[in-house]
Amino acid sequence: MAAMSQCEPSPTVEYRITLADSGECFACKDGQNVLAAMEKLGRRGIPVGCRGGGCGICRVQVVAGERYHTRKMSRAQVSAADEASGICLACRLIPEGDLVVRALGLLRRAVS
Amino acid sequence: MSFTGVLRPGHCALRVMEMGPALTHYVERLGLIKTGEDAQGRVYLKGWDEHDSFSIVLREADAPGMDYLGFKVLANADLDRFEVALRDYGCQVERIPAGELEGCGHRIRFEIPSGHQIELYAEKDHLGTSVGNRNPHPWPEGLQGMKVHRFDHCLLYGPKLADVADLFINVLGFSLTERVVTPDNTMIAAFFSSSNKAHDIAFIEHPEPNKLHHASFLLNSWEEVLTAADLMSMHDIPIDIGPTRHGITRGRTIYFFDPSGNRNEVFCGDYSWYPDREPITWETEHLGRAIFYHDRRLNENFLNVVT
Repeated sequence: MAAMSQCEPSPTVEYRITLADSGECFACKDGQNVLAAMEKLGRRGIPVGCRGGGCGICRVQVVAGERYHTRKMSRAQVSAADEASGICLACRLIPEGDLVVRALGLLRRAVS
Repeated sequence: MSFTGVLRPGHCALRVMEMGPALTHYVERLGLIKTGEDAQGRVYLKGWDEHDSFSIVLREADAPGMDYLGFKVLANADLDRFEVALRDYGCQVERIPAGELEGCGHRIRFEIPSGHQIELYAEKDHLGTSVGNRNPHPWPEGLQGMKVHRFDHCLLYGPKLADVADLFINVLGFSLTERVVTPDNTMIAAFFSSSNKAHDIAFIEHPEPNKLHHASFLLNSWEEVLTAADLMSMHDIPIDIGPTRHGITRGRTIYFFDPSGNRNEVFCGDYSWYPDREPITWETEHLGRAIFYHDRRLNENFLNVVT
């Protein structure tokens, strides 16, 4: 029995991600992106597309929480101004603390 | 010999957000072969069974997508003829000098009504394949990943499909092989061939111009498509749909994404097209089956996820 306690795994660092519109929450592991965390837990709320920061379908706004970083995202989908206001792509969003995000959907551009 | 004019899709210029992961994807996972890199940092790739020096050009940029799609024509005389025909048709035609793409002769580039840049060229360096031309073995050892045979075609999204069809059929000499029509007979998808293949290029009507739905690469069998799908799971490559079959072209397929979000396809199988065949028509009521023959319904990604 004493030997068993030596085998206990150290706790995984996880952050709580809340979807602003539904209030639903799910856990995101340290180093994981928000979209993958949602998908792996079989949850819904943010559309899933290319999962590589290119197509823009998982566009979200971080409405609470400041500790996060993002991986490279298509500038055609997220401008520098967007980033400054907390807009990013969920598949590139890596939390470093609890976050509240709102799914914005694909950016629809007016076609002339 | 009846192939004249446009022979085949010759090169697809893709934008990738980071070259390192893109090369891992296209070289180690798809199995394309790197044949060069130029001073601008563009990387040139080809499938193992292609003979010209490159069919894919990768360029690092801050947004993914396709810069242009080039078609090989048989001879310089055809290139001159097309240049005149396109100008007469009302297209602005730009001449790009030989060597701008390493190993490629001069190209003519024009914008089509869907907003895409299309090119034609007649000359490209000939590399052959590693099995050679003399008493060759059927395939080379040492291929990586999915071992795709060649870059096969693109599906492009953009507006003004009827105008695009008019240009491809009446100016470039393609045949319409398959189309999807609404109940009032509006065409919303069109597949064109310049060869014996069921399609060499395809378009779907979409409000945003100049979008790439996918770049497609050829495999040889359903088993190879399954093996490709296995490799995708082994390496965490995001799968969009499949393995499955398309109703349109009968292709056995899988859609997946490169690290920049560009959709790729690997597929096998079609039927033989001849210009004396009638095109196939699909009604939108059967669109699910047309695109995903087994699921028999569209997924949202098919209409919305483009780069």
